[in-house]
Amino acid sequence: MGTLIWTTIGAILTLSVYSFLYKDNPFYKFAEHLVVGISAGYYLVIYYYNFIDPNVVTPVFQLRLGDQAIGFGSGAWWLALIPGLLGLLLYTRFFPRVAWVARWSLGIYVGGYAGLGISPVMQARVIEQIGANALPLTSVTNVLIVVGLLGTLAYFFFSMKHKGILGALARVGIVFLMVGFGASFGYTVMSRISLLIGRVSFLLHDWLQVV
Amino acid sequence: MNVFEKMLAIDRRWIFLAIGVAVILPFFFPLGLPVVVTPPVQHLYDAVDEIHPNDAPLLLSIDYAPATLPELEPMAVAILRHAFERDVNVVVMTLHPAGYGLAESALLTVAEEMGQEYGTDYCFLGFQPGTSAVILGMGVNIATVFPEDAYGTPLAEIPMMDGMRNYDDIPLVISLAGWSAAEAWVYYAYQPFGQAVGAGVTAVMATDFYPYLSSGQLVGLLGGMRGAAEYEVLIDTLDKGVQGMDSQSIIHIMIIILIVLGNIAYFGARRRRKLEETEAA
Repeated sequence: MGTLIWTTIGAILTLSVYSFLYKDNPFYKFAEHLVVGISAGYYLVIYYYNFIDPNVVTPVFQLRLGDQAIGFGSGAWWLALIPGLLGLLLYTRFFPRVAWVARWSLGIYVGGYAGLGISPVMQARVIEQIGANALPLTSVTNVLIVVGLLGTLAYFFFSMKHKGILGALARVGIVFLMVGFGASFGYTVMSRISLLIGRVSFLLHDWLQVV
Repeated sequence: MNVFEKMLAIDRRWIFLAIGVAVILPFFFPLGLPVVVTPPVQHLYDAVDEIHPNDAPLLLSIDYAPATLPELEPMAVAILRHAFERDVNVVVMTLHPAGYGLAESALLTVAEEMGQEYGTDYCFLGFQPGTSAVILGMGVNIATVFPEDAYGTPLAEIPMMDGMRNYDDIPLVISLAGWSAAEAWVYYAYQPFGQAVGAGVTAVMATDFYPYLSSGQLVGLLGGMRGAAEYEVLIDTLDKGVQGMDSQSIIHIMIIILIVLGNIAYFGARRRRKLEETEAA
């Protein structure tokens, strides 16, 4: 019975959202606001109990890291306190007179993640791709890949006018770009329809149980 | 108004209705269209198939949210069924806060269906924010990132986690994500640690991942509900992925027809207007 109630509520909310396809209406607005509110509350609870509590609150106030006791003022204690304080300082952005303090936390956060990302992203997106595209022109597939790559790169080379060989290569690149965009659009259609199929499956199978 | 202008003036809500009917009908009248397995899916299946039973576990990072559930949950269920059928141990985690409940639901449902025991055959580590920091931290020591599982049990007390320290003890990581988490596994697990990574992503994102697949940074790739359907065919257990393929195929044909008709209407109306302007002049 409990499952039926929640399934019915889910079905009503699903139909409320889809009612927007006819026209905007209060049912759609209610469902939209409900999902925003519930998501915010759910995320807050998940973040607190999975991250803030075990990594900041418990070490700093209960002097525990998991099952292990840590000393007040120990290295582990400071490692929990300082990032926690830096995180709290981000909220100074809401107070104009001290909003500048948030830049310290933001700087450490952005700088840290940028530093972590530069090398592996460069490796994965550039270096490995250059290696993977250095192909022998011994098959039609390899020729297409190399020609498509060179043509696409030529199209995005704006330091010279697109005429002569560069222009011809750029026009070939446009064809490959259009094929790529078409494939991407086709995948996008498939993705959106999959979401609709998922909801229809929920309505017919989980709620109405007619299939 | 000529016929072309009438076509262009059709209320889009009729098209929405037609699409809705086209999606619903195959649920009542299934066509049973064949699903052909493609190499990216086959490679991921083979990678899971190569993991030794009752040994080092498969790490499944279920990083999707409710918005991408219809595409990615069938993948999770199919991969879990495949692993449990072969007695491969599975460790499940999530990098998305909304993925906590979804990951737990998929894992516990399939584990119960396949008679698996928590702590011996599978475990659930829960959620940790920070994506890149989490992935990098696990490469050094999993226990520093996940000192306990999702239910508060220290990792050292979970039998299947005994001796598991970092990626050296994990043969394969599969990330199922509707956002950049799958890329993050390539950047921060494959690149620095050489960890084998597979991915299941939404169809929207799939085209962005083919470069990683063709450069060998991914062992395999599932793209959208179609990828899930292909995996279900491989494990010989047809479920929501295959069920959705009939509707998917009908809708794609319908959209092709609508695009063709739309172009005919557009160019026809433009030609008619030019003729009328010429006659008027």
